[in-house]
Amino acid sequence: MEFLSFSNPTTLVALPILGCLILLFVPGHRPDLVRWISIIFATIVLGISIYFFIFFDLSEGGRQFVYEYEWLSLAGPWVDSQRAISMSVGIDGVAATMVLLTGIVMFTGTLVSWNINVKNKDFFILYFLLLSGVFGVFITYDLFFFFFFYELSVLPMYLLIAKWGSTSKFSSFERTKEYSAMKLTLVLVAGSVLIWVAIIAMFVQSGVGSFHIDEVQAVMPDKFSVEFQSAFFLMLMIGFGILAGLWPFHTWSPDGHVAAPTAVSMVHAGVLMKLGAFGIMRVGMTLLPEGAQIWMPLLIGLGAVNVIYGALSAMGQTDLKYVIGYSSVSHMGYVLMGLGTLSLMGLNGAVLQMFSHGVMTALFFAVVGMIYERTHTRDSLILTGLAQKMGVVAVLFTIAGLTSLGLPGLSGFAAELLIFIGIFQSYEVWGVILGSLAVIGAAITAVYILRLLSKVFFGSAKDDLLNYSDATLREKVAAGVLVGLILLVGILPFPFVKMIESGVKPILLQIVGAG
Amino acid sequence: MNFHLIFPEFFLTGLAFLVLTLDSFLPDDRKFLLSWVSSLGMALVIGLALLLYEQGDLYQGLLIIDGYAGFFRIFFLVIGMIIIIMSRDYVESNIGNPGEYYAILIFTVLASISLASSGELLTAYVSLEILSFGLYVLVAYDRYNPGSNEAGVKFILLGAFSSALILYGLSQIYGLIGTTRLDEIAVLLSSVEDISVGMLLGLVLILAGIAFKMGAVPFHMWAPDVYEGAPIPITAWLSVCSKIAIVAFAIRFFTTGIFPVVNDWQPILMVLAVLTMLGGNLLALVQKNMKRLLAYSSIGHAGYLLMGLAALVAVTDEGMFNTDFSHLVSNGLIFHMIAYGVTNFAIFYCLILVYNTSGRDDIQGLAGLSSRQPMVALVMVCSLFSLAGLPVFAGFTSKFYLFNAVASQGYLLMVGVAIVASLISLYYYLTVARYLYIEKVLDESIISVSVGSKCILGVLLIFMVVGGIFPSPLMDLIQTATDSVLNLE
Repeated sequence: MEFLSFSNPTTLVALPILGCLILLFVPGHRPDLVRWISIIFATIVLGISIYFFIFFDLSEGGRQFVYEYEWLSLAGPWVDSQRAISMSVGIDGVAATMVLLTGIVMFTGTLVSWNINVKNKDFFILYFLLLSGVFGVFITYDLFFFFFFYELSVLPMYLLIAKWGSTSKFSSFERTKEYSAMKLTLVLVAGSVLIWVAIIAMFVQSGVGSFHIDEVQAVMPDKFSVEFQSAFFLMLMIGFGILAGLWPFHTWSPDGHVAAPTAVSMVHAGVLMKLGAFGIMRVGMTLLPEGAQIWMPLLIGLGAVNVIYGALSAMGQTDLKYVIGYSSVSHMGYVLMGLGTLSLMGLNGAVLQMFSHGVMTALFFAVVGMIYERTHTRDSLILTGLAQKMGVVAVLFTIAGLTSLGLPGLSGFAAELLIFIGIFQSYEVWGVILGSLAVIGAAITAVYILRLLSKVFFGSAKDDLLNYSDATLREKVAAGVLVGLILLVGILPFPFVKMIESGVKPILLQIVGAG
Repeated sequence: MNFHLIFPEFFLTGLAFLVLTLDSFLPDDRKFLLSWVSSLGMALVIGLALLLYEQGDLYQGLLIIDGYAGFFRIFFLVIGMIIIIMSRDYVESNIGNPGEYYAILIFTVLASISLASSGELLTAYVSLEILSFGLYVLVAYDRYNPGSNEAGVKFILLGAFSSALILYGLSQIYGLIGTTRLDEIAVLLSSVEDISVGMLLGLVLILAGIAFKMGAVPFHMWAPDVYEGAPIPITAWLSVCSKIAIVAFAIRFFTTGIFPVVNDWQPILMVLAVLTMLGGNLLALVQKNMKRLLAYSSIGHAGYLLMGLAALVAVTDEGMFNTDFSHLVSNGLIFHMIAYGVTNFAIFYCLILVYNTSGRDDIQGLAGLSSRQPMVALVMVCSLFSLAGLPVFAGFTSKFYLFNAVASQGYLLMVGVAIVASLISLYYYLTVARYLYIEKVLDESIISVSVGSKCILGVLLIFMVVGGIFPSPLMDLIQTATDSVLNLE
């Protein structure tokens, strides 16, 4: 079974699917068995994703662990008669980082979902299906399969949110989980409509009869005119941007994150939103470099709006999950701004921010999940003084919060610093203005995070909150992994930056070359 | 005469008469045997069709048994067998009189096969009429149900009207060029510069007739009422077999018959395709009855098929025709038809199983199915996702392939409309999925399903998944089939 050998990235897709199939045949009335099988699979997948990160040969760079399987032939007047869609996989520096992130979030998400007791078998099947789609997007080099996995990672979301999610009540209205799930699914699929059109257009225009990114890229300079690139890069930018939470298409994301069960919020804010940014790089910048140059100023501008708007919205929220949901919108703004700089520094920062924000937001959602499980509320107006009885939880939230506002020594600082420098270096005066806006965004983040901390955790405790228990060992393990990574990236960002740089450089060289 | 080419058809006719004969001799308590006779007989005919398969033509090209006809022969026989098995419990518990039911069903299979293999317009017309007449009877088969009768009357009136359109168009063509054979039509048409108004009228009438039978907007009015009134297995059969049969003929008609005048018919089909894709999917949004919803969903799918038909031959800016990607399009069309057919079968079978126990076919009646019958709910939700075109299921791969092929021919704008239409469809498919998995259960009754039915559901599900992730064996078969109809010069 070549699919299931180490060093073949296809394993990352195949193992979660194998997990689904095994779970399908586990009787539903044995929830513990389901949990153990899930955690075993999640651990193995985590191991493999660490393997790819460690054994990626930095001195060689480029794309490694390459495998290709011919899948479906396409009839047509191609140069070499019959061409095919092929499943081609490989891992470059960016993918290695993202795969590691996905592995970690999958593992910790499985741990924090331990207490799900309504049909937990179905939950884990859908959860694994979602993750196999996410892994697929990161490792594939074929546009068809890129789209295949991209859609696959949207498909289970509807059921996951609408079935296991929670409805938020506000004073004057209700935001039901069914509504949020439907909104999320439809908006995301609307985004993929644009991507689908763009992919087909690139296939047709290139005329090579292949969806392989390399083959399209090889003929790209001759076949893709500037007008073509400009039109379809915009399409891709909006399509992927929707998933990345690009303003003004972000409204699905806070609602979706809040309604989703904890583990799904973790995957969604932690990894899935990164698929959007990743897609802009892997498909947009690689295949349409001139289009990228044309539209990047817009992206960086919208990114700045994201940062400020997201932070201000987060400030106005009282529901803990909504705060984090809007802070995700704000932080994804940094990623988009980093991409928009089109400089090595900015792109490095963007990918590092993707990783850092993924870990951080997973920690945030995990902690809020812990609080919600105990207090059954997420309202920051009700919750107060939690640190007295839930010391560990308070520490975890503090770490996540400090990462979020960019405290040096934690992962957020390294990433945001790179992005800020990247922005200031690019676009002259505009770079300075936008860069200042980005820094102001970080300051606003500090306001809402510190305010939450002081009220919810370190305010005066109410009596009826006193009998809540602290984090269990299982929760400590899950959060510990995430905290460890935050510290690791914060203190030693170099290996990560090196790794990312090896993946980002070829993309950037091409854009600079095209200009 | 080389009659051995159509031995399978002879056996099929024999089988239908055998069922009819047995019906008059079997006592009432033994009539359940008829479904076994029919399905086993179909299996036997499939075996014979595979064994005796040979290529050639009959009656100077009236019937062409080539790779294309051979492919569709097996296909229709297989789906015919499945529908017979699917109907068994429904017929026994809801409508009775199994003898004529199965016999007429077998006749419609026969008609579909000969429609796909006809190389001439009159043969095609006669086959289409046999198919339609069978369906008229079957739609009204639930004799004591007013809904079924109403559907039958509507269907026969509008069906006869559309048949008349086709016949009139056909007579126009014959009157003007003196032949009804497709290959001769092609030769004669390619020698003229501009076609006459009479010829154009003939073509338009035939296209309208085809659109009518496919349920394309604006000729779709009959479909929802007929789908709703007919017995559920017949609704399934209508939405799958009659649609695929007419498209199978249309592919041959367009590619071997009237492709020289593609400039004249292509715009009509494009308009129809766009209207159908948008109309079907938009109207489906407001449906409350599952059969009506599926009727509109299948109108939407007819739109995708029409789009494929319109793109079979591309017209370049200079007015020349370009067949570079015709193969890709026809492969995509057939692939999408099969994926759609299997998926629709699966979803209708789920509906039949629910109806057999609960007697309900509205969407509300499906609430909480995931706890009342998990297997059926699983297959149903998978088929919904497949129809919506979400991955790992055949619907995704086939849609991608078809849309990509149409875009390769240069019709990117139409593909854009199709993709938007398929986004719209996602909403109502998800609404049904919500009832299956999320809505509160009002009616807690368990839906019991036999092991045999579960096996069939399993097979359909496996096909949906395999068609989505490993389509290349199927695609190779389709490729050999289309090789024999696509030799455009």
